[in-house]
Amino acid sequence: MPSTATETIEQLASREYQAGFETLVEQDTLPPGLDEDVVRAISAKKNEPEWMLEWRLAAFRHWQTLTEPTWAKVEYEPIDYQAISYYAAPKKKGDGPKSLDEVDPEILRTYEKLGIPLHEQKMLAGVAVDAVFDSVSVATTFQSKLAEAGVIFCPFSEAVQKHPELVKKYLGSVVPPKDNFFAALNSAVFSDGSFVYIPKGVRCPMELSTYFRINAKNTGQFERTLIVAEEGSHVSYLEGCTAPMRDENQLHAAVVELVAAEDATIKYSTVQNWYPGDPETGKGGIYNFVTKRGLCAGDRSKISWTQVETGSAITWKYPSVILRGNDTIGEFYSVAVTNGRQQADTGTKMIHVGNNTKSTIISKGISAGRGQNTYRGQVEMLKGAHNARNYSQCDSMLIGEDCGAHTFPYIDVQNPSAQMEHEASTSKIGEDQIFYCNSRGLDEETAVSLIVNGFCKEVFRELPMEFAVEAQKLLEVSLEGSVG
Amino acid sequence: MLKIQNLHVSIEDNEILKGLDLEVKPGEVHAIMGPNGSGKSTLAQVLAGRDEYEVTEGSIDFQGEDLLEMDPEIRACEGIFLAFQYPVEIPGVSNTYFLKAALNAVRKHRGENELDAVDFLRLVRERMKMVEMDETLLNRPVNEGFSGGEKKRNEIFHMSVLEPKLAVLDETDSGLDIDALRIVANGVNSLRAEDRGFLVITHYQRLLDYIVPDFVHVLVDGRIVRSGGKELAHELEDKGYGWLEAELASEATSAAPVGA
Ligand SMILES: Nc1ncnc2c1ncn2[C@@H]1O[C@H](COP(=O)(O)OP(=O)(O)OP(=O)(O)O)[C@@H](O)[C@H]1O
Ligand SMILES: [Mg+2]
Repeated sequence: MPSTATETIEQLASREYQAGFETLVEQDTLPPGLDEDVVRAISAKKNEPEWMLEWRLAAFRHWQTLTEPTWAKVEYEPIDYQAISYYAAPKKKGDGPKSLDEVDPEILRTYEKLGIPLHEQKMLAGVAVDAVFDSVSVATTFQSKLAEAGVIFCPFSEAVQKHPELVKKYLGSVVPPKDNFFAALNSAVFSDGSFVYIPKGVRCPMELSTYFRINAKNTGQFERTLIVAEEGSHVSYLEGCTAPMRDENQLHAAVVELVAAEDATIKYSTVQNWYPGDPETGKGGIYNFVTKRGLCAGDRSKISWTQVETGSAITWKYPSVILRGNDTIGEFYSVAVTNGRQQADTGTKMIHVGNNTKSTIISKGISAGRGQNTYRGQVEMLKGAHNARNYSQCDSMLIGEDCGAHTFPYIDVQNPSAQMEHEASTSKIGEDQIFYCNSRGLDEETAVSLIVNGFCKEVFRELPMEFAVEAQKLLEVSLEGSVG
Repeated sequence: MLKIQNLHVSIEDNEILKGLDLEVKPGEVHAIMGPNGSGKSTLAQVLAGRDEYEVTEGSIDFQGEDLLEMDPEIRACEGIFLAFQYPVEIPGVSNTYFLKAALNAVRKHRGENELDAVDFLRLVRERMKMVEMDETLLNRPVNEGFSGGEKKRNEIFHMSVLEPKLAVLDETDSGLDIDALRIVANGVNSLRAEDRGFLVITHYQRLLDYIVPDFVHVLVDGRIVRSGGKELAHELEDKGYGWLEAELASEATSAAPVGA
């Protein structure tokens, strides 16, 4: 073997999960365990009004009647819900940060290390950030500039205090607390998240984004995001996620709800890079069990999900769109990478209710190492949905011999005027493609990343410019060591 | 610059090259002709470093170094270029992006600065003119949906940008129309240089009217059975390989009594 090959392997071995450090800050943590008192305690910590507590308790009581679903094509040890702490927050001075100056400098440094500076003057131009550290939101930037435009972008807990009428009206309107096991759990114990409200006719003047960071040990993260776009408004929102490397699995069960009124557009992008667990033993890593759903409530509204999922030990999520208004559009663009021992069961649901509704699904699954990647998608065209149209394209790429790709498309058409188009492909990354790149001077790592990036192009081009580059880099890092 | 000695190559236990010798000096153009399946592409792929082929015997020296010890991308960086008989498609990766990555990898290896976007585009524009390539092919994914001729022309375009020391062209003329053939040949000719060698694999002597070789070799059944000047190509064109095979057979029989 030429010496260069061993060098490459050494380089790879040293470049591991780069967000895997831990931040040492004083924590205010609830002891592990879950009962009504825990739910009450979380609510009390947030100073919540009575209606909010009642809403949580109802969800909790319902959750107790449910059992964890098992239909996903993923395998894991049963989760002990009593061993998880449901609240962890960095200790605050007084009532919590009113401005960035009050945020613990350790936490600011954490975000800087992750490449997300929270000082407004250092920020990427035109991106407002909400940073959620364990269970609470620690900083939201550019609030005043957004307020000028009438846009509300704040931690969820703040919205409960300051905009209770909006929260009451929309919370649970798309993902009801009883929707499923994890949604019910989240509804009972969610601690923070982001709230976005775009008033009628407003085009949000900047990208909005939230960075989620799980730091504390043995805690679950249960955040809740609610985005409401009023008539004719427009918003683009991005979430990013990282966590330290730990030997224990950690549960992340979020709920995201989107509501788009007449002629409104919501673009929701995710770059998920939770700790994937040890690539060899499969030890540790995040269980990413998330419910995301958007409602195209008004005519001609549009909701577009774009996700780049490279992290987590297990990913289990189906960002969906209910196309209730006429002439509405739902889109789902997804790149899911599984390497090492990662498992992903992900896809979407498009539910066509209104006339002339259109949905597009582009899914790119990449499996390497011993990763297992499943696309699961459902397209439903209800009786009253005249001239509904769907285009689905599900492509899988395999790198190596020990990984797997699976596709489960479910289709339910009740209106004869519906038009469906479905394409699927599975390819192995070609030896001949890699050799062709080699013969032009590109090494194997570069070749694979080039080929995979090409494969994902249709999805990457849906990402906001600033994040497309980030996503490509993430892909490179997560595929390192997958060949050779 | 290139010295191949007694090269034996097998694939899946079939011996394809059976003791091949060849020397290319800087500035020389060597043409290799030979019947289908005789091992021409095998030779080209082995030079570029394809690892499916197993070298069981022999050596290849390139600029004083053992070529067989180098990974394929190192060979490319050291100056070997293979224009594929069947160029490979890379969906979703634009031709320019690909070529920029390649050129910068090669430059980095040579200890040169990476080219910035402006300088790169200037170079690319200039080379594109040389092979009269349509600009739209730059922004399309590498070879995807290219016509057969466009793929071949794209290979020559890559070569002109990467400026190799030794270019191996595997049937780059096949599938080209008359005009494209002339353009490709002009491209090659304008890259001919004192320090650059060419190995041109072809079935047609027509190409050799445009790219006039210094030597012509005939490869039959894994061995070079005849070498000569450019007139050898004409002879082959007139008489076919049958003529050569018959002649070789009679040489073998007439030689037999001497050895016996
Ligand atoms: N992967 C393989 N497995 C088995 N045999 C192979 C493989 N690749 C090449 N061969 C055989 O090796 C021999 C030489 O092939 P090669 O492609 O080098 O021929 P060539 O001289 O380039 O022919 P052509 O003029 O048709 O391009 C052929 O008999 C071919 O079938
Ligand atoms: Mg050939």
